[in-house]
Amino acid sequence: MSMRQSLLAAAAIALGLMSAIVSVRAQEVVLTNVSYDPTRELYKALNEAFAREWQAKHNQKVTVRVSHGGSGKQARSVIDGLEADVVTLALAGDIDAIAREGKRLPENWQSRLPNNASPYTSTIVFVVRKGNPKAIKDWPDLAKQGVSVVTPNPKTSGGARWNYLAAWAYELDRSKGDQAAARKFVEAIYRNVPVLDSGARGSTTTFAQRAVGDVFISWENEAFLIQQEFGADKFDIVVPPFSILAEPPVSLVDVVVDKRGTRPVAQAYLDFLYSPAAQRIIARNFYRPSKPEAADPADLARFPKLKLVTIDEVFGGWTKAQAEHFADGAVFDQIYKPAGKTATR
Amino acid sequence: MRNDVLTESPIVRWTLLALAVGFLALFLVLPLLAVFAEALRRGPETFLKAFADPDTQAAIRLTLLVAAIAVPLNLVFGISAAWAVAKFEFPGKSLLVTLIDLPFSVSPVVSGLVYVLLFGAKGLLGPVMDDWDFKIIFAVPGIVLATIFVTFPFIARELIPLMQEQGTAEEEAALTLGASGFRTFLTVTLPNVRWALLYGVLLCNARAMGEFGAVSVVSGHIRGLTNTMPLQVEILYNEYDFVGAFAVATLLAGLALVTLGAKSLLEWRYGDGLARAHRH
Amino acid sequence: MSVAALRGWTSIPKPSALPGFGITFGFAVTYLSLIVLIPLTVLVARAADLGLDGIWRVATTPRVLAALEVSFFISAAAALVNALFGTITAWVLVRYEFPGKRLLDAAVDLPFALPTAVAGIALAALYATNGWIGELFAPWGVKIAFTPWGILIALIFIGLPFVVRTVQPVLQDLDREVEEASATLGASRAQTVFRVVLPALLPALLTGVALAFARAVGEYGSVIFIAGNMPFVSEIAPLLIVTKLEEFDYAGAAAISTVMLAISFLALLAINGLQAFSRRRLGHA
Repeated sequence: MSMRQSLLAAAAIALGLMSAIVSVRAQEVVLTNVSYDPTRELYKALNEAFAREWQAKHNQKVTVRVSHGGSGKQARSVIDGLEADVVTLALAGDIDAIAREGKRLPENWQSRLPNNASPYTSTIVFVVRKGNPKAIKDWPDLAKQGVSVVTPNPKTSGGARWNYLAAWAYELDRSKGDQAAARKFVEAIYRNVPVLDSGARGSTTTFAQRAVGDVFISWENEAFLIQQEFGADKFDIVVPPFSILAEPPVSLVDVVVDKRGTRPVAQAYLDFLYSPAAQRIIARNFYRPSKPEAADPADLARFPKLKLVTIDEVFGGWTKAQAEHFADGAVFDQIYKPAGKTATR
Repeated sequence: MRNDVLTESPIVRWTLLALAVGFLALFLVLPLLAVFAEALRRGPETFLKAFADPDTQAAIRLTLLVAAIAVPLNLVFGISAAWAVAKFEFPGKSLLVTLIDLPFSVSPVVSGLVYVLLFGAKGLLGPVMDDWDFKIIFAVPGIVLATIFVTFPFIARELIPLMQEQGTAEEEAALTLGASGFRTFLTVTLPNVRWALLYGVLLCNARAMGEFGAVSVVSGHIRGLTNTMPLQVEILYNEYDFVGAFAVATLLAGLALVTLGAKSLLEWRYGDGLARAHRH
Repeated sequence: MSVAALRGWTSIPKPSALPGFGITFGFAVTYLSLIVLIPLTVLVARAADLGLDGIWRVATTPRVLAALEVSFFISAAAALVNALFGTITAWVLVRYEFPGKRLLDAAVDLPFALPTAVAGIALAALYATNGWIGELFAPWGVKIAFTPWGILIALIFIGLPFVVRTVQPVLQDLDREVEEASATLGASRAQTVFRVVLPALLPALLTGVALAFARAVGEYGSVIFIAGNMPFVSEIAPLLIVTKLEEFDYAGAAAISTVMLAISFLALLAINGLQAFSRRRLGHA
């Protein structure tokens, strides 16, 4: 009696919940945006703005679901079956991988949207503890003995790959193209890295909250955010005179949008990222807008001017950089030895 | 005199009591208090606002859904396994009992990993699932499976020793009197084990709603879609929304308190039937 | 072959009058196989792709070894702390009367009921340098959260009920007359406790410690928030599995998992052995 009843009741509850969820689905469009780690606050703001705009124009509710994590890890999740309508990752190489290995979008995806499909750019700067006790000013300071450096794992994080390549590009520039010197330089920096988190946000927590390390190599936007979240009295931002132009690109995942019938709204979502309204939000969230004229000048004034090189100039594009530096057994695997120990892999 | 030799001197007694109380206060009570204190740090309004977040609401719904599927399934399994193990003799019985315990000693992370290896796009059955267009990993079914795995033994473990102890005489009598098998189970066996059953369901439910490691591995962490409450706690925490994280945590802590309260009540009122099998 | 064994093979042994063996046994075994056994077999098979030497190679890379070391040593240390305080707690709960006893007794099970992620953030908040407890230690330059000490704290938390709940019932059932006899024969209270009572508790205590240890080795949720997760220092083996998984090194993840699974099996066997031993010797589990 009570047994069967309670089983039935449980089943009814389960069914009820499921149908509730399903019925909610039917009235609204849901997009899944698989993004990288530090964009949490950015896309929260962008998604709300987009939902308002779409509702006003089409009288339909649209909800954008977001998943965040290290860019490389996220790309592999999409290849592995995570159903993303759009991907907004840290670097083109990761979306290339989805096109190449997952066959979920055409290989020419990057030419489908303006600015190499990057509605915003950023760069790599340093965050140090208040007063900059280790007097960190430029890249060589990171390679000094006794400086503890926090940066995420280039195998899983996109920001970490920009960090690595920025250091490499710096030394290459300084030594006038000496690859061996660049390798030694980057190796010296990674000797100072005690921990590799899987994403930029994990590294932020390690540095800011767990008080590990003297300097955190960070996305510019994340550096501003750390000051905002933890207080400007705790951390200083150090902008090196030379860094890399990081272009985080966005794309539809064609296979998914066609299957789910979400192509129009997904395309509108990506186009929206280039709209004046979105560009303002982008600048407010510390990303460098691709159309600065739309942004608030006060927001733009916060971005320091520094020499920025691109991945195409220095490394011949992502495909090449990925294969040479980050593939299994490539340069990074050869040089990374966690503080004071022998090879890990 | 008799009592003197059978107990310790007052100093020792008080020291032990102070040690035990201090230890439990430090390790159990204080963390619990911390959850509520952190959640209310910025006042009740900020606390309540955390629940207005649609992603948090979706996480709560998903957690309820997952528990509503996993617990009844494990309940049916627990009763079946207990009936077979406790009322019959068969070869390999102790092996079966050991295997039922297995999920307790497997790391939650491994519990999630096995399903990724099985159903991930590059897993054994991944391509088949893809053909059928049925998502398991990074979707609700995967979360349900991982939850079932980690909560698998709870109910069976509570029932087996008790039903073993009660033997088969009562059931045999009922059958002799002409009751059907199912009716015998409902009217004879079930009343005998109902408190242990409830107790197992409580523990199973608490763990199902609170599982983190296994679910984290299979979830994909899509906000509002595949985040359960414990995962939402982690996400909010990593976004420096400490009040939000602890606010969601208070719901889970509240669930834990209700579970403990109900459990203590059961033990207190029906202690005899529950006295055994307190090992988890 | 004895009749009983023969009957065993025919699978319906003592001609039980009860119905439903087929369906319940069938369902239980099918469900067990689908949910637990087949997935675990796939895991081992995936690791086996690497070959035994491949698994060995993965398991003995310095970082994996370090993580296994961290997991094992700190789990063992936590189990020992729990052995001491768990026994004291069980003792106090069984032998003494005091106000609030029932509450204390109920509180012991908190780690079973509190989700590990909640425990993790709560402990991290308490033991961080600006937390209630962490700030007491900070002036001495002692950091607890985000160091191996943090892992120890978390593992003590999750392991505590195992020891208390295995020792408690045995202590309850213990025959007080033995203690009386010991006292009558002139033993001091300390002698009685250490020579008579504690040896009788030992099998249960060992079982509890083994259970706490086994749970601690696999623990993930409560640890990652408080550990700091530094390779070679405070990175636990389950976290390394997740890292491998995030690098999509499935074979590596499967290999470490298989090693841990083998260890869990051994722990389970040891626990069963201990229980059998204590049943034989003392007549209760």
